[in-house]
Amino acid sequence: MARPTLTGSRIRERRALRGMRQAELARRAGISASYLNLIEHNRRRIGGKLLLDIAAALDVEPSLLSEGAEAALIATLREAAADRAEAGAEADAVEELAGRFPGWAALVAAQHRAIEGLERTLEVLTDRLTHDPHLAASMHEVLSTVTAIHSTASILVETKEIEPEWRDRFHRNINEDSQRLAEGAQRLVSELEAGQRRQDTLGAPQDEVERFLAARGFHLPELEAGGGATPAEVIAEAGEALSSTAAREMAQGILARYAEDAARLAVGPVTEAAAETLDPGWLAARFGVGPGAMMRRLASLPPEAAATLGGPFGLVACDASGTFTFRRPLPGFPLPRFGAACPLWPLFQALSRPMIPLRQRLRLASRAEGWFVTHAVAEPVGVVQAGREPLFEAHMLIVPDRDESEEGLRRVGVTCRICPRAECRGRREPSIMAESAAAG
Amino acid sequence: MGKTVLVIEDEPNIIEAIGFILSRDGWRVATHSNGVDAVEAVRARAPDLVILDVMLPGRSGYDILRDLRAGEGTSDLPVLLLTARGQTKDREMAESYGASRFMTKPFSNAEVLEAVRDLAGG
Repeated sequence: MARPTLTGSRIRERRALRGMRQAELARRAGISASYLNLIEHNRRRIGGKLLLDIAAALDVEPSLLSEGAEAALIATLREAAADRAEAGAEADAVEELAGRFPGWAALVAAQHRAIEGLERTLEVLTDRLTHDPHLAASMHEVLSTVTAIHSTASILVETKEIEPEWRDRFHRNINEDSQRLAEGAQRLVSELEAGQRRQDTLGAPQDEVERFLAARGFHLPELEAGGGATPAEVIAEAGEALSSTAAREMAQGILARYAEDAARLAVGPVTEAAAETLDPGWLAARFGVGPGAMMRRLASLPPEAAATLGGPFGLVACDASGTFTFRRPLPGFPLPRFGAACPLWPLFQALSRPMIPLRQRLRLASRAEGWFVTHAVAEPVGVVQAGREPLFEAHMLIVPDRDESEEGLRRVGVTCRICPRAECRGRREPSIMAESAAAG
Repeated sequence: MGKTVLVIEDEPNIIEAIGFILSRDGWRVATHSNGVDAVEAVRARAPDLVILDVMLPGRSGYDILRDLRAGEGTSDLPVLLLTARGQTKDREMAESYGASRFMTKPFSNAEVLEAVRDLAGG
């Protein structure tokens, strides 16, 4: 069963707006009117060259027609539905919701993000109560003092015949303890307040860095060769965009690497060579760098240069634990934020086959459209030394694929919860998509 | 002659209060207030019951408890563990280390008395 997709409806809408007849558009796109009719009623999937041709005939950006622009929104809506499965959101109607009520859909998505952020903050706070040694010590002191006062006061009240020496002693103890309690409570409050001030570090610094890079289109001319700025200057310039210390530190690492890559791999020559063969392994050998560095470079080209190569390209990097260390999502290839990704991604496969570049065509299972070529490789970080276990990191470059054949295609998901693949050897947790498919 | 309870706690006024109520109840009360040599103190005094605070200077009450459970002659000793945090996790941890009973600060005198009587009786 074809999942409902909105591309067809959009084509119909755009065509109507231009006052163009179906037959005319079909002729220009080089297809039959009846086929176009099927497409417009969302009964045939469309993508690749045909979508580009239709977009050209309608004089609109292909992304306006394709679901791509909405993919991130829809993925977020699915996540939101999965998180509150008990609400019974109609998972099948998610595209319809996003298409018919884009404002409401955006609101749901924004609220979901906000809730996610709050939950994370809460987690960090709980963690802090459990693991912050200063806070735990202050808490313990306050509770111990309260216990002493409570215990002593009860003795004074409940013991009928108490020797005067004991009574005086207990009075003294209560007096002492109440003073300590006052001080301890004050200390506790100031420690909690200090935590509040550190709150900006409680949100995900990764998000902050990613937002900063996304706003710059993942390309920073001032760090290119001859750009004249240092990573530290770029960060200082960023101001509020990188507000937390943690985000600034992470950005420093990423930007230092950027500058290093840029110094070795100038935009012009790399773009020129990539136009010949868009293979990071081959390009890396040609420029004498590692494939990972070449992937980073390809994902940080200026937008015009990337467009000539069929980009922009997505990139995801992870450490040996599978934790993302860099994310550049594509509209049609959303990358999970906090949750873990699909274990079938070549990114993770690369970790078990270090140093071997893997080229793999992918189709995202949860998307109606979305063909990609990925290049993945795992390499050791830094200098490899005898007697020291190397640390590996993997990169995966995501290139939109115009070819929509099934040849060598692997179907993967984004993350389990929103993945419709019922039978999957990589499944970790049930999917609401699969459930709704079974119910429907 | 009454039984002996050893209170291992670094808060002098808690020691004093607990000591007072337990003595009134007919117990002989010994006290110890640091974690480092608490295990030796238990061996030396051979009490019938131990009240052990989790947060002690020098050494964690959990570590002391583990040593007591592994040690000869103290593996079955009734131990009442005191902590300032009553989270389920702490309770589970206390049980896994072999605490006979677990009590969260602040507690009442009656609770301590009841726990001690139960543990000594059982």
